[in-house]
Amino acid sequence: MATSAFKRWFHRFGSLPYFYGVSRSWARWLAVPGLVLAGYAVFAGLVLVPADYQQGDVFRILYIHVPSAWLSLFGYTAMAVAGVITLVWRLKLAEIFIVAAAPIGASFTFLALVTGAIWGKPTWGTFWVWDARLTSELILLFLYLGVIALHQAIESPRTAARACALLSIVGVVNVPIIHYSVVWWTTLHQGATVKLTGGSHMESDMLWPLLAGALGFTLIFGWLTLWGMRVQLLWRERRSRWVMRMVQDG
Amino acid sequence: MGGVFGAVLARDLRISLRQRGTLVHHLLFFVLVVALFPLGTNTDETILVAVAPALIWMSVLLSILLSLQRLFRADHDEGVLTQYLVSPEPLALIALAKVVAYWLISGFVYVLAAPLLVLLLGVPVHALGAMIAALALGTPVLALIGAIGVALTLSLPRAGLLLSLLVFPLYVPVLIFGAGAMRAAIVGLNYAGALYVLAALAVLAITLAPWAIAAALRIGSE
Amino acid sequence: MADSVQEFLAMGGYARYVWSAYGIAAVVLVFNVLRPLVAHRRLKRRIRNGEFVDD
Repeated sequence: MATSAFKRWFHRFGSLPYFYGVSRSWARWLAVPGLVLAGYAVFAGLVLVPADYQQGDVFRILYIHVPSAWLSLFGYTAMAVAGVITLVWRLKLAEIFIVAAAPIGASFTFLALVTGAIWGKPTWGTFWVWDARLTSELILLFLYLGVIALHQAIESPRTAARACALLSIVGVVNVPIIHYSVVWWTTLHQGATVKLTGGSHMESDMLWPLLAGALGFTLIFGWLTLWGMRVQLLWRERRSRWVMRMVQDG
Repeated sequence: MGGVFGAVLARDLRISLRQRGTLVHHLLFFVLVVALFPLGTNTDETILVAVAPALIWMSVLLSILLSLQRLFRADHDEGVLTQYLVSPEPLALIALAKVVAYWLISGFVYVLAAPLLVLLLGVPVHALGAMIAALALGTPVLALIGAIGVALTLSLPRAGLLLSLLVFPLYVPVLIFGAGAMRAAIVGLNYAGALYVLAALAVLAITLAPWAIAAALRIGSE
Repeated sequence: MADSVQEFLAMGGYARYVWSAYGIAAVVLVFNVLRPLVAHRRLKRRIRNGEFVDD
């Protein structure tokens, strides 16, 4: 009963034409709340929240820096989870998810780095400081780029996706170790640097927009990844009958 | 099970000892990178000592990655790898044996060459113990993680640059703690903590990496 | 009104930093939205033109 309903759902979900058809409206259902929440966070960050008493208005970068940094970690973890599903259950959609999510995750990691550097200029007096978080973020970007490069290098799409699945699992095991070692390295040999965030407690009227931003960015990530998956799926199935028929119909 | 581990280990050791040229190239590469470095700066000993840990470890990283690329190449070309893949013996164990064989040879190179090289850089003798211990603990991790990347890119004939892009980010912890132990030893600080972390990383890598290498080899052969 | 807009844009002297950060964020978002849409449309056209029909 319940299990058979689940099985039926699982098979339908696993069916590529069904996913291709239904993912369009899923994407819309992620896009609207995602954009609304992110828009609210940006509006609150730029207008509603008062300037920080120490850093002044520059701290408003927080409202895109922190959601992007959160998303960079979330995206990589999601890729690794999809990697496990790929290698254990051989679900094609999980493969496609990894391939579609990698460039989007990488671009938000890049965004977190760039906003961190821009914020660092007035705060530290220089764009780049070997701060623990920024350094970990940089390594994370390299991990993303590795997955993308591996996917581009291997010709067979299935082999490429499975290789990326394994690489993202290996990467995700390493992410906490890398972060811990970078923290150890900065605290031991550089002394405490000025932290961009954290340390002091946060007022709740500052915190809510930040949470809205993180949630909004996550939904946007889901939306964009669904679209990436649709493109990837269409490419893989470009010779199949259902794609031909669907494209001819309009 | 012990049988296949021993057999692969003995076979690989025998092959690499027969190809002594490769071993010498490996050693020379390492020596050259470290020996040329001072020519790019000046002979100020404080600078050389300050960068010595980073220099030694970066040279180790590079030479391991360069030499590791051939880990599965011959087996792949000669069809031995296919035998391993279809054999009932656990592939992870075979992979571990191959990496151990590689490491016994190359680790020997580093432990032998590094102390002499860092003396050229003016590193005090009392720091050598920490450096050798860190190299002994860190290089197996580098070899195991690197082997995952090598297995993933086995089907690509010239994967050198791609391999370094995949593997170098994963080398960050070993680089930090390996060079960190050496730096602490040079200035007379306690370096035991860094060595413990390296030991923990080695245990983690020995238990997990063989499975990942095996999975990567299977993916490549599908 | 105009003053407050000016003040808002000035960002307490940090205008360069705040607006460049938000601007780059907007570029990244727009790029990520357009890339799959353009790729999707182009791929559909190629399929419709029969580029992938085996003969």
